[in-house]
Amino acid sequence: MIALNVNGREHTVDADPNTPILWALRDTLGMTGTKFGCGAALCGACTVHLDGQAIRSCITPISDAAGKKITTIEAATDGTDRVGAAVHEAWVKHDVAQCGYCQSGQIMSATAFLKSLPRGKQPTAAEVDAAMDGNICRCGTYARIRVAVVDAARTLA
Amino acid sequence: MLSNIENSELPRALPRLLARGKAGEATMLPRRSFLKLVGASGLALGAFPQLAAAHGSGTGQGASALKPSQQPSAFVQIAANGEVTVTINRLEFGQGVQTALPMILAEELDADWSLVRSRHGSNDAAYLDPIFGIHLTGGSHSIKNSFMQYRELGARARAMLLGAAAVRWKVDVATLRTEAGTVLGPDGRNLGYGKLAEAAMALPVPEKVTLKDPKNFRIIGRPTSRLDARAKSSGRQDFGIDVRLSGQLTAVVARPPVFGARLASVNDSAARAVKSVKAVLRVPLDRGAEGLAVVADGYWPALQGREALKLQWGTSTVEKVDSQRQLAQYRELAGRPGPRHFDADMAPLASAPRQLEAEFLFPYLAHAAMEPLNCTVTLNKGGAEVWTGSQCPGLDAGAVARVLGLKPEQVVVHVQMAGGGFGRRFSSSSDFVVEACEIAKAARAAGLKAAVRTLWSREDDMRGGYYRPMHLHRARIGFDERGNILAWDHVIVGQSVTSGSVFEQFQVKNGIDATATEGMREPYALPMRLTVHHPKLNVPVLWWRSVGSTHTAFVMETLIDEITRGTNQDPVAYRMQLFRDKHPRHRAALQLAVDKSGYGKTPLPAGRAWGVAVHESFSSVVAYVVEASMQKGRPVLHHVTAGVHCNLVVNPRAVEAQVQGAAVMGLSMCLPGAAITLKDGEVQQSNFGDFTVARITDMPEFDVHIVPSAEPPTGMGEPGLPPLAPAFANAIARLTGKPLRQLPFNVA
Repeated sequence: MIALNVNGREHTVDADPNTPILWALRDTLGMTGTKFGCGAALCGACTVHLDGQAIRSCITPISDAAGKKITTIEAATDGTDRVGAAVHEAWVKHDVAQCGYCQSGQIMSATAFLKSLPRGKQPTAAEVDAAMDGNICRCGTYARIRVAVVDAARTLA
Repeated sequence: MLSNIENSELPRALPRLLARGKAGEATMLPRRSFLKLVGASGLALGAFPQLAAAHGSGTGQGASALKPSQQPSAFVQIAANGEVTVTINRLEFGQGVQTALPMILAEELDADWSLVRSRHGSNDAAYLDPIFGIHLTGGSHSIKNSFMQYRELGARARAMLLGAAAVRWKVDVATLRTEAGTVLGPDGRNLGYGKLAEAAMALPVPEKVTLKDPKNFRIIGRPTSRLDARAKSSGRQDFGIDVRLSGQLTAVVARPPVFGARLASVNDSAARAVKSVKAVLRVPLDRGAEGLAVVADGYWPALQGREALKLQWGTSTVEKVDSQRQLAQYRELAGRPGPRHFDADMAPLASAPRQLEAEFLFPYLAHAAMEPLNCTVTLNKGGAEVWTGSQCPGLDAGAVARVLGLKPEQVVVHVQMAGGGFGRRFSSSSDFVVEACEIAKAARAAGLKAAVRTLWSREDDMRGGYYRPMHLHRARIGFDERGNILAWDHVIVGQSVTSGSVFEQFQVKNGIDATATEGMREPYALPMRLTVHHPKLNVPVLWWRSVGSTHTAFVMETLIDEITRGTNQDPVAYRMQLFRDKHPRHRAALQLAVDKSGYGKTPLPAGRAWGVAVHESFSSVVAYVVEASMQKGRPVLHHVTAGVHCNLVVNPRAVEAQVQGAAVMGLSMCLPGAAITLKDGEVQQSNFGDFTVARITDMPEFDVHIVPSAEPPTGMGEPGLPPLAPAFANAIARLTGKPLRQLPFNVA
């Protein structure tokens, strides 16, 4: 039994400690907003925050989350988190999603990136690209992702 | 997909071939709609199909003459609060039909767009493509084939609401009008659609309706946000992989390393010992293969179980394709005579003042949609239910029925929102659906009664075949100093994507698959001889976004450009001259891209060059003018200006997204590592680490411009892909002086 703190709530998960956080979220806790894309930290679809850091939940075992806080897309975009809400609204405003499957991970990467910036700092185009390069979108929504990240940063300034 | 089918012949024959996949017309949908409606406390507008038939016979209204695909009941639900839910007859997998089709219907319904919602259909007969007569999302046909259908559906529903208001107010219907979800009376009275829906539902469905004058459109043509934008930006959008049924189990399959191989020996004791593994099942797989399905309480334990299997495969009897040997075989084939698609006289070739010879290579490509393949199946007394993101739910339902020994009407395919697809979800063998049913059947036989979700790992998905086929092209072109092309002798070698499928008899004529030659010669009236070879190999192949144009556009547009370079001509002027007045849409698209890009006027930064390409696919034309450079020996794409001609635009925001997205997929084809190769029968790539797709750092700046038009709309899911790679290659060739004749680019 492993205790997991997900979006501020404590859960007890009866699973192999090597189980990736992704599958504890999806199959055990029924939180399907976090997506399975590659299982090897190559595409970013499964990105969540562990103590505020963006991590790939498909390769991070639940044993690594003991005593830490996991934040998923469901909480990041529910309006309670200022940065997450700004990113969510920018994603909607700029109609970023196509199939939408990778967008949970994109939003979690963008949110962690914007949180990492000093307050009021506007990211450069190169910084946005570097921050988002680990997230693949096969639909090719990259142009709108760039615009949305920059717009979210502007609203947060 | 199916781009070259004669529309006139497909509806006659294909439905008959696929009849096993069609659900009964009057049995399934009404029951389901009704249940759904009770739950949603809303009302379906209009009679259910079988009630419509009753209306028709009882009142002489003739509503029964309407097909299910023409009756609003299967497409429009209006709740008491005025919410309008439109059912789409297609799979939404990124292309935006889930918004565009409701826009079209809402236009004629005169709905309040802020109250419009959308949902997926099923394999019900109502959701057949109205032109093709099968359930299909493909070939960029959704808007093209359903534009009039959805307009008429909206107009019929509106007429019924007007009729209900006329009865309520006891006034002549001709005195009433509608505006944004409300019926307005002459005396200022008004009623929202939600308050009229129940009464409207009792009225007969009108057969003939008057459609709006397009100049009065207020929804069609307006840049509109996707209906799913909010759900897809918050993790709340469910996809097929997110289906969770009570007690559901997950299956992961050990498939053979070589396509079609069978098990030689099995030791599954360690797999069975993995906690929460419920069963290890030997199951028949695609192409005569077999494998082991590990069924567990969740994906992770199933995966652990699979890794614990000790298996030996009998591969001695199956063909083991090897990319190196295959290339030699293709080169040898290219020198042989074969069936001809075009057959111009090649005599001028020998005497032409200028000659050009070229060989082009294109690898196998995986679709690599972000959502790995999955399919969830429940078996019960009444039949089977399947949840999956399918481009062809009718075809899949027929396959389900065959595998499970059911009647077609006992199968329901619930079409799920899909995380991409690009053609992979339209498999003529229904391979991943059939496999999931075989596993569900075996699980049931083993005493497991719950629903079973078969889930592919990324590696399974990438190594599972159904690739864009590898192709070799060879060209010999004779021309003069002014670039007049005197003879063009061309050979294409590649597997047919329809060979052996129910589509073969429609697509393959004279031994040539039309999907392999689409995009050749057109729009240039060239004296071409085109010979085609379709070798049969043990690698499953399939259509892949923009199909034949993935390679033909590259070959045509880079060769045309090479002739302009060899004869010192401007690539835009040269193409315009070849289009003459025969191809006004090509001219308009290219001219728009040229004007907006600054081509020929704006000086480029040092080290950059312009590249141009234009191509028609699926009845739409896309022209690209790009800026590219070489950076540390690597081609880099900086800026793309698109000129698009897709006739009337339903949603300009969606067209922009589709052009950009398709272009990114076209850009992916150029990048190092964008290839599937085989060694001794085994696919060598497995994940995004060794199969390259474009990332945000590869993304150029991108402007999309659309040629205004009022002609009936054509599709935009695919046409943005083909011209990207050749435009990029043409720019690089101008910098290096060396033509690029392979995808991915070989610049070494």
